Amino acid sequence: MIKVDVRRKAFGPSEILRDIPFEMGDSEAVAILGASGIGKSTLLRLIAGIDDAFEGEIVRPQNIAMVFQEPVLLPWRSVLQNLTLVHPLLGEDAARAALERIGIADKAGLFPGQLSLGQQRRLALARAFAGRPALLVMDEPYVSLDPQTAEEMLELTEALIAETGPAVILVTHSEAEARRLAKRTLRLAGRPATIADGTGPPAAKREGAA
Amino acid sequence: MSDNGQNPLIVRTLSLGLLLLVWVAAAALTADASILPQPWALAEPLARAVGSGALPYHLAMTLGRVVMAFVPAMAIGVALGFLMGRYPAFDRWLDPWLVVFLNLPALVLIVLCYLWIGLNETAAIIAVVLNKIPNVATLLREGARALDPNLDAMAKVYRMPPMARLRHVVIPQLAPYIAGAARSGIAVIWKIVLVVEFLGRSSGVGFQIHFYFQLFDVAMVLVYSLTFIVVMLMVEALILQPVERRARAWRTA
Repeated sequence: MIKVDVRRKAFGPSEILRDIPFEMGDSEAVAILGASGIGKSTLLRLIAGIDDAFEGEIVRPQNIAMVFQEPVLLPWRSVLQNLTLVHPLLGEDAARAALERIGIADKAGLFPGQLSLGQQRRLALARAFAGRPALLVMDEPYVSLDPQTAEEMLELTEALIAETGPAVILVTHSEAEARRLAKRTLRLAGRPATIADGTGPPAAKREGAA
Repeated sequence: MSDNGQNPLIVRTLSLGLLLLVWVAAAALTADASILPQPWALAEPLARAVGSGALPYHLAMTLGRVVMAFVPAMAIGVALGFLMGRYPAFDRWLDPWLVVFLNLPALVLIVLCYLWIGLNETAAIIAVVLNKIPNVATLLREGARALDPNLDAMAKVYRMPPMARLRHVVIPQLAPYIAGAARSGIAVIWKIVLVVEFLGRSSGVGFQIHFYFQLFDVAMVLVYSLTFIVVMLMVEALILQPVERRARAWRTA
């Protein structure tokens, strides 16, 4: 069970988020929609535990993975090391298998800068799933990809989610992406941003639970 | 690289040859070997200094001091610069100190260290270290400020252990700054070490230069300085540059 209850988040005098409560099940996928600049990424950073400075409470599992807008790889370490250094418990064989799974097994010894952007994104995706996370947080993972690569990434993500079964929180401004990966959506709006409307059965149940 | 016919190695050699030519011409015009001897006139005093063991001994003493000062100056400077770049509060407190020490002439620090600590090895090393730390810290502060926040977030989400984070996330980002600080550091340190030796030590290249300065022996002053310059250029080319190249390998791959 993941429980998010952000009462207030501000950067200095400007308040970004207010009153964002929602809960989600262990293998549930939730998409967070909203205009750009509304505070979606800020909310994700709170949920992922990157930013602790806010009022409220978040109950989350220990084992979290995150896919960022950029690949955010270690450019000075090899493709294989990008998996093994981040997940020390993952053996080299498992890391190679993970590269095989995303189709870049032959690139294990290269530096990330020698991969195409699409391959870097797939590596970032492999890194996220390699730790078998209980919660996967994705911050617009398909932004700035051409439609075909984005489609490939989406299919890969769907397959990996089906294999690993984490709870997923996805930030996007594409309704299509949201519908494909998540049954439930939350829409942020307003300033400070709050939940404007939520769809799907758990959102309706939330009213009673809260 | 050599598409316009300018092989860097050839240009460097020619440029150095030109400098040598200026020396020869100046020596010919002076026509007084006690003021400026011809380059080849240094061979005999050089052989004498090497043969007597004096040159190797003093060179080793100076190199020892350079290393003794370089290591703590780098370690303390890197740590301070990193903390200053990472924690603004720390920076606000320490920045005025940095400005003071950056603007304190090396000579003042050296004289004060000798006066307060005494004419000994400790004072000499401390004077050099204190002279160098502010430069290293300033460079590293820039490096720490430029650390990628996304990589930080990634390391945090994936709960990378602190040592792994330092080794694989932070240090590689700081490497160009550390390499830059090391190169400019060694260049500054060996010059300050000579001054320290000149003023208050009884060994080392600086001491020998002081000695021959009092004898007005230009040839020996040149022999000692040129030998040391060659040694430091070799340290740069054989140790510092390869280390830097290795740290940058991923950029050019």
